[in-house]
Amino acid sequence: MTAETSVKKPANWLLSIWRSIRVPLVAIILALIIGAIILLVTGVSPIKAYLALFKGAFGSTKYLQRTLEKTTPLIFSGLAVAFAFKAGLFNIGAQGQLLLGAITSAFIGFSLKGLPPVLHISLALIGGGLAGAFYGFIPGMLRSFTGAHEVITTIMLNYVAINITDYLADGPWKDTSPGNVVAMTPQIEQSARIPFIGPVPVGFLIAIVISVLIWYILGKTNLGFEIRTVGLNPHAAKYAGMRTKMILVLTLVISGLLAGIGGAVETQGVVYRYQPGFNTGLGFDGITIALLGRTSPLGVIPAALLIGAMKAGSNVMQFEAGVAKEILDVIQALMLFFVSADMIVRWIIRVRKESAEEVTLTTSWGQK
Amino acid sequence: MTSSSLSQVKTYSFWYRYKRYIIPSVLATLLLIAIIIFYRLNPAVTQAVLASTIRQSTPLILGALCGILCERAGIVNIGIEGQMLLSAWTAYMMNVWSGNLLLSVIVGALTGALLGMLLAFTSVTLKLNQIIGGTVINILALGLTGFLYQTGMTTKGKLQPIPLGGLADIPLVGPVLFNNPPITYTAIALVFLLQIYLFMTPWGLRTRSVGEHPRAADTLGINVFRTRYINTIVGGAIAGLAGAFLTLEAVGSFERGMTNGRGFVALAVMIFGKWNPIGAWLAALLFGFANAMQTQFQFMGTFDIPHQFIGIIPYVLTIIVVSGFVGRSRPPAAEGEPYEKE
Repeated sequence: MTAETSVKKPANWLLSIWRSIRVPLVAIILALIIGAIILLVTGVSPIKAYLALFKGAFGSTKYLQRTLEKTTPLIFSGLAVAFAFKAGLFNIGAQGQLLLGAITSAFIGFSLKGLPPVLHISLALIGGGLAGAFYGFIPGMLRSFTGAHEVITTIMLNYVAINITDYLADGPWKDTSPGNVVAMTPQIEQSARIPFIGPVPVGFLIAIVISVLIWYILGKTNLGFEIRTVGLNPHAAKYAGMRTKMILVLTLVISGLLAGIGGAVETQGVVYRYQPGFNTGLGFDGITIALLGRTSPLGVIPAALLIGAMKAGSNVMQFEAGVAKEILDVIQALMLFFVSADMIVRWIIRVRKESAEEVTLTTSWGQK
Repeated sequence: MTSSSLSQVKTYSFWYRYKRYIIPSVLATLLLIAIIIFYRLNPAVTQAVLASTIRQSTPLILGALCGILCERAGIVNIGIEGQMLLSAWTAYMMNVWSGNLLLSVIVGALTGALLGMLLAFTSVTLKLNQIIGGTVINILALGLTGFLYQTGMTTKGKLQPIPLGGLADIPLVGPVLFNNPPITYTAIALVFLLQIYLFMTPWGLRTRSVGEHPRAADTLGINVFRTRYINTIVGGAIAGLAGAFLTLEAVGSFERGMTNGRGFVALAVMIFGKWNPIGAWLAALLFGFANAMQTQFQFMGTFDIPHQFIGIIPYVLTIIVVSGFVGRSRPPAAEGEPYEKE
């Protein structure tokens, strides 16, 4: 048995990838099938709709660029949620951290003038990340030192963030150019905008580099080992002498940092300003993406690409097939359902659960 | 020496035993005096603010009651927002289609119950993470209502206030409390019904035991799965009423995403009220009052406080309460854990 495995090593490597993607893959297909049934019931040809969606996402260089633009912040919010999952934390607050990151980067982007692009871009990105990190620090401290569950505190902090950003965009940081009545910040300087290499936004490359970095931190460093141990068994971690409280705080800070950078990338690469309502749902998409990616930092990339393609293609689908793009939310909810209710999927494709691909998630606020 | 220390113990225990009655009664008296003074100063505005407080608090208390029923049985429900939204839409569509308001309310409640069943199925039968189950419901409701919603539909009307006989003629109290549309009355009745159900009936005791220690409950012969199913479904129906309130009683029409976070404020209300119907009602009134004042300030333009700062208050208060800085609020012990039969 052991001899056999060592001989067939490359095949096993492929097999392990296959094992980790088969459940999400079937979940995606199931969601698309149910989405097709809903489309059929409402009298639209699902084939036409899905083809238009695909065309809108990958049909031309312009569309592809849009898909990658949409994907970039999603990678970050998916990473943020996945990273917190590793320590057994459920960061529903990625949304709020992302909003603060987005508006902070917009502020740095429009208020500083005459900086060289490289400096300005990185300053705004880092500023956004730090704002998000600070916003992750609050629930982290509350969780570690008062026991307040992060799910409750981050839900509440999301709404606090919406109010704060609305206030800033409609008050002190409002675009005062004549004719503007909408609540939004001024456009950011040209030097703060993230450039493109061909159709590929540089932000997308940064996102991939950071995904690999997070994968490295989680898998190959002491910190990553401690985070995963706290996630799997906090009591064992404490008994082994790990400072579990500090690790929980640090995890939420890093998670917030990632979400904040996600918001900054959205501001600097897509919207070029902060406008309330433009980033709604990105943080919640992060939950779907993290789970589709089996909470792996590398798995997050294809998952984000999928959701990003759906978002980018939705306009063409709406225009060419006459389908309201909200159907994609329904499909996304179904994907989230099937990928987390993996026992349904396993029953359909008749495979048993293997311990290696198990995804441990935190339970809820009843537990301490 | 002995007698003085004895009397100290006595006074201490008197305060200790009755403070839970003394503090609220003092606060209530102060509140009453404040209301009377304001009423003497400006009757119209006082009445408007208080009536608006009741209106604003209705969806919050209904949502919170849904949360309480689910969580007392050990199921975390963060899908209240989605349950409200989809029910608001179905109730509205029923009203457009049939014009029968009673039927529309029932359809709204049934929609909520159906989503409650979905949550129970995912968390009890599939043992799925309950936060994810709730998130699925929220995204699903947002997507479905957005996808199916069409503009330009009209209804034949909405639920009208029913004055309760002579009670409605009492100054201030009458128009505020006894001249409301039916769902508002139902909400207030449900608060007391659920308080009695949870704390004074055997079924309530069973529900709470399932939420605190399902293994012990199971040993005593209580059907944990069935209890969780029933509570989550009934809770869903109550959240459905909150949705019906929005389209049939408050606004009279449907808009995309019209719940606008009320389902999450309802969670805050539930926590603030310490998982207790009457406590949650008081919390809902407090948050409703904050909203009413916010509208009043904007309307009169007297204070230059950005309305977002008032909008933050419920959320910040909730964070303070769950963190135990002021009066700790403790959730049922077995919440969020799927129960595995041995």
